[in-house]
Amino acid sequence: MKLLRAYREKPVRAVPAAAVVLILILLGLLPGMTPPYTTIMVGSVLMYIILSLCWNMFSGATGYISLATAAFFGLGVYASAFLGGTLPLPALMLVGGAAASVLAFLIGLITLRLRGVYFTIFTLGIVKLLEQLILYLEIHFNNTRGRFVVSHSYTEVFYALYVLLILLLAAILIIRRSRFGKALICIAEGEDAAQHIGINATMVKVLAFTISAFAMGAAGAAMATRWSYIDPYIAFNANYSFLPVLMVIFGGSRYLPGPIIGAAIFAYLQELLTTRFPYIYMLAMGLIMIAAILFMPRGILGLIYDGVRKIHKRKEAKADDGS
Amino acid sequence: MLVKLFNILSSGLIMGGVYAIIAMGMSIQYGVARILNVSHGEFIMVGAFLTFMLVKLHVNPLLAMVIISPAMFLVGFVLHRTVYKKLSDVSGSASTFESNSMLISFGLMFVLQNIGLQVWGSQQQAYPFLLTSVRILGTAIALNRMVVLLFAVAISLLFYLYLQKTRLGKAIRAVSQDAGSAALMGIKTHRVGAISFGIGAVLAGCAGSLISIINQFNTSMGMSYTIIAIIVVVLGGMGSVLGSLLGGFILGFIGTLVNYIDPSLSLVAYYLIIIVLLLVKPSGLMGGKS
Amino acid sequence: MTVLEGKGVNKAFGGRKAVDNVDFDVQAHEILGLIGPNGAGKTTLFNLISGAIRPDSGVITYKGTRISGRKPYAICHMGLGRTFQTAKNFPDLTVYQNVRMGATFGKKGVSEADAERITNEVLAFVGLQDAAEKSMKDITLALQKRVEVARALATGPDLLMLDELMAGLNPTEVGEAMALVSRIRDRGVTIVMIEHVMRAIMNMCDRILVLHHGQKIAEGTPAEIAANPTVIEIYLGE
Repeated sequence: MKLLRAYREKPVRAVPAAAVVLILILLGLLPGMTPPYTTIMVGSVLMYIILSLCWNMFSGATGYISLATAAFFGLGVYASAFLGGTLPLPALMLVGGAAASVLAFLIGLITLRLRGVYFTIFTLGIVKLLEQLILYLEIHFNNTRGRFVVSHSYTEVFYALYVLLILLLAAILIIRRSRFGKALICIAEGEDAAQHIGINATMVKVLAFTISAFAMGAAGAAMATRWSYIDPYIAFNANYSFLPVLMVIFGGSRYLPGPIIGAAIFAYLQELLTTRFPYIYMLAMGLIMIAAILFMPRGILGLIYDGVRKIHKRKEAKADDGS
Repeated sequence: MLVKLFNILSSGLIMGGVYAIIAMGMSIQYGVARILNVSHGEFIMVGAFLTFMLVKLHVNPLLAMVIISPAMFLVGFVLHRTVYKKLSDVSGSASTFESNSMLISFGLMFVLQNIGLQVWGSQQQAYPFLLTSVRILGTAIALNRMVVLLFAVAISLLFYLYLQKTRLGKAIRAVSQDAGSAALMGIKTHRVGAISFGIGAVLAGCAGSLISIINQFNTSMGMSYTIIAIIVVVLGGMGSVLGSLLGGFILGFIGTLVNYIDPSLSLVAYYLIIIVLLLVKPSGLMGGKS
Repeated sequence: MTVLEGKGVNKAFGGRKAVDNVDFDVQAHEILGLIGPNGAGKTTLFNLISGAIRPDSGVITYKGTRISGRKPYAICHMGLGRTFQTAKNFPDLTVYQNVRMGATFGKKGVSEADAERITNEVLAFVGLQDAAEKSMKDITLALQKRVEVARALATGPDLLMLDELMAGLNPTEVGEAMALVSRIRDRGVTIVMIEHVMRAIMNMCDRILVLHHGQKIAEGTPAEIAANPTVIEIYLGE
């Protein structure tokens, strides 16, 4: 299960820190400068970036492919559905994130001993179980399928996701430099060996799963207030589990910008194409996923970095010839 | 009371027969080719709709099943020879292949489902076939359901005998038990893997045909049948054909029973079963080693 | 003084007994050799001691504390290190990073400065300081195995278990490996080694334990083992 290894080689510094800060500042000014449609669309892109980064934080690092993303996201959605109006948006996100984390912690404790494919099936099963269970409860006890959510403006939701993303990026950078981050690297490199040099692999995996679920739940809580109506099929849509996987694989799971680039590209394409050609779009996603696994195992960034390295080498070779 | 019990038993038997075929298909693909084909349900959907197209041309659905089987085999075989062959070339280890092949199957799921949606649309479909009923022990059972049960059992038996008696069947079992040793004995494991994947696709196609005879069907139904297949396969133990057969009937009965108590609970029950099963005994009720 | 002790240790896979009612003890500062034909249960015994798998029955104690049933990381923290039959290095990290991970996680509460100091000390001790920045793919099998030993040493073990350190090495490399093992013992580290290279076993071990079909069939000094009729029969009978 060691296919998606994150953080393992030092990438070429293709994106200088200054450029990242500039992009983030421009993003922050976006709602004031562009039409509402753009803000709504970029908000959705931010959501997918958050989900992809979170997915990669656990699955990319440990090799356990989780499809529980929709479960954590959906719990956040329902946190807003239940508590919207009584709590401000940041508080809703905290509650949604906490609920998702608790679920992730429990799932992690009982399932991370399962072998790879069983773990994946289990996580997908959790998504479907929650979807059907909540549907059943809603129909039987409330005579309704869905709920209305006290809505917040798209600008508010945009900034909520924006701040969440910045916090998430900061958390990832801190984790990468921490003991915990190093333990994750060791597990990705070889779990047996990691355990035998003193790493409590189970605990590290459970923690990574729990932390990553928090932001997923928080994102769900924020998005729900933009949608205003939700039902179990919207909240626990399995695409929230599948699409981040595709985005990370396409972008390149072992580089920090990989999930961001993958998510940005596909979330944008989705907004563009999904209403006009929904089936063709999803079909293409499937084909691209297959092609990416077969032909670019390190994602689009892996290809780019390889290209940059080659050019560097050629330049060096030329310089050597000249001297 | 007795009538109700008989109804549950007969429905359970019929659903169980179909589930068994579905699960055997998934089981042989995972057991031999090491591919957890989560697009299995999509193959079933394709089988159902191909049957439906032929039925509209006035072909008997059972004959349609026979006609589409070679096509299903070819699709499965070629898929394995191209996509999964390439994947095994780029995957460093067996466990990498296993997780990557599952991800590829997810991609395939998107592809097949959306081809289906594009070509056949998203509405529910059904067609009439053998609507008369027969009386058995005082209760009426639709003739088409009887026929489906009969064919399900026949296909299962045929498949089982094929594995037990033929040369290729024995090779398939050998690879499923120990691919390394099988290769040493001169068995072309890749070829056997491709054939097994093709057979899995045929079984999915047959199941699709049978389902289309007795149930409504639509292009989005794939995932729910995939889940059923996974439940049965986990019940019976990954890679065990007899386990799939038994597991299919067990789930058929459980499903019918829950459906009888409260239809809206049946999906909840299915997902609950798979969660509990994976927690308690991931190697399957009949599986030995984990 | 006994540092590691096993009493009535059993482990079966399916119906086959991989380790069958084995008693053993390891004395401080000795080198104990573990030999036996392939499939005798040697690596399984290592796995039982290091916590990779749990015994079906029996008790293993380390420095008087029961360790059977504990997790590998906890056993490592107690000062018991090991290597693997096929080197399980971290393939995408450099030599230095591999060893550094051992230093960082081997004991609780190791500071970054300590980890750095330990890493450099261990790299110098095993003679890898010049290869420190190399990637694992660019070094020979002998060096890869040496990195694994270094990583285990960096966890600060009092007892080190080496699983076929010399398999696949050429005669010169075997000699170097033997010298390394002696120097590790001279540091005060007790050693248990599984080995097929008889030259190493007979020259280095203070005592030897022979496993066959999961059972302990002989135990003694190299001279005693070399003269033991049962052992001779098993090795010649193969």
